[in-house]
Amino acid sequence: MVNRVTSCEEVWREISNYVDGDVDATLRSTMDEHFRTCQRCASVLAGTRNVAQLYGDERMLEVPAGFSRRLEKRLAQNSAGSGRRWSSWSAWLIPVAALALIAGGLQLTNSLTRRHQVKSPLAVPGQNIPADLVVVVSSGAKIFHVPGCPFIHDKDSERTMTAKEAIHEGYAPCARCLRKYLKTSLTGKPGMEVAEGVSEGEEEREELVSASAH
Amino acid sequence: MQIRVPLRIYAREDVRTASKMSEPDMVLKSPRPAGGAREQDLISSVQRGEHESFYELVRPYERRVYAAALAILRNEHDAEDAAQEAMLKAFANIRQFRAEARFSTWLIQITVNEALMRRRRERIVVMEGIDDRRDGGRNEESEYAPRDFADWREIPSEALERKEVRQRLAEALATLDRKYREVFVLRDMEHLNIQETAQALGITVASVKTRLLRARLMLRDLLAAGWEQGWFSRLPFEKGTKPW
Repeated sequence: MVNRVTSCEEVWREISNYVDGDVDATLRSTMDEHFRTCQRCASVLAGTRNVAQLYGDERMLEVPAGFSRRLEKRLAQNSAGSGRRWSSWSAWLIPVAALALIAGGLQLTNSLTRRHQVKSPLAVPGQNIPADLVVVVSSGAKIFHVPGCPFIHDKDSERTMTAKEAIHEGYAPCARCLRKYLKTSLTGKPGMEVAEGVSEGEEEREELVSASAH
Repeated sequence: MQIRVPLRIYAREDVRTASKMSEPDMVLKSPRPAGGAREQDLISSVQRGEHESFYELVRPYERRVYAAALAILRNEHDAEDAAQEAMLKAFANIRQFRAEARFSTWLIQITVNEALMRRRRERIVVMEGIDDRRDGGRNEESEYAPRDFADWREIPSEALERKEVRQRLAEALATLDRKYREVFVLRDMEHLNIQETAQALGITVASVKTRLLRARLMLRDLLAAGWEQGWFSRLPFEKGTKPW
């Protein structure tokens, strides 16, 4: 099987490159001539090309039954898993955040609107009393007054402060000297000025309210 | 564990250019599927976060991905798991894909990396080494003399319609040593070019060529022997012709 152009061994060595078209024109021409005269090498060439063509066919790429379905399912799970990771965060994060906001809101509201515990459960809280109004309190009493109020008990222990401070300490406004700030069943509306010609009976009831507050 | 993802794989210059092909009919035409505009649209969609498009993007390549994994792992269950994992890694790293690369090649390289990593991890290579020694001590540098089958007839591609024929071909492929089988599958079944095959397997271009030659010749001999043993005896030959 000797060929005058090239040997069979040389052809075999290059036959794969020849099939791929990866040989230069000179070598290709030489090999072509060899194939025309060498039956064995022509058979090897046919077989090599046949192998590449058969295995290169799409039909050789077989997958197990159900492969596509399982792949699609796993990809979907992965995608959903990403979503679930977010959901698992949001599942507790959102309610916690909401609770925090509610709690913060309540805290803020309380801080703005909370009424301080008054010393007397019967005291009537004041309305719209100026915060910087100078008032006096005395030890042993639960009422704060405008200075000079005749209803101040134990005047020796008077302390002067602002209305805000007094309220903070739990004092209630005097129903006499601070009546215009009181919302009572007698005055009806907060801030209502007491009429000049108030009757004695009314004054007595107001004193009762004040006394009950005491 | 670091995931090896080929960041940039450039489409090859097809060696089978018209100027080089003195006889075009004699040269194999690679059926590498072209991605096309639709594929590029899908890639862009997934990169933008439309995750549901990913399966549509990879579906055309799922068989190639599985075949690449099977060539390396030689076990259907492991290959399927590796193929799925490779798809997930491709999904996770889709933003790293560059348009100048061929998506299918990028996907196959991720699959090869995944399968090779699993083989190293599971020490399958130990068993492969034993298999390789059954090769009679041949090494890839030694000459391989193809058997003399003067009456070789080409197996028509129509034969692949028969599952039995496909099974025989798969069995013949499975008998190859790992190093030959991997190169052959990536080159002739996955249609990676020489450089891509070398890069995917971490070997030289010269080794790819040598192993590919050996793989093709050995398969040719195995199939010719199978021919003699009647593997393809029920092929639909033309009336009046016989394969022997």
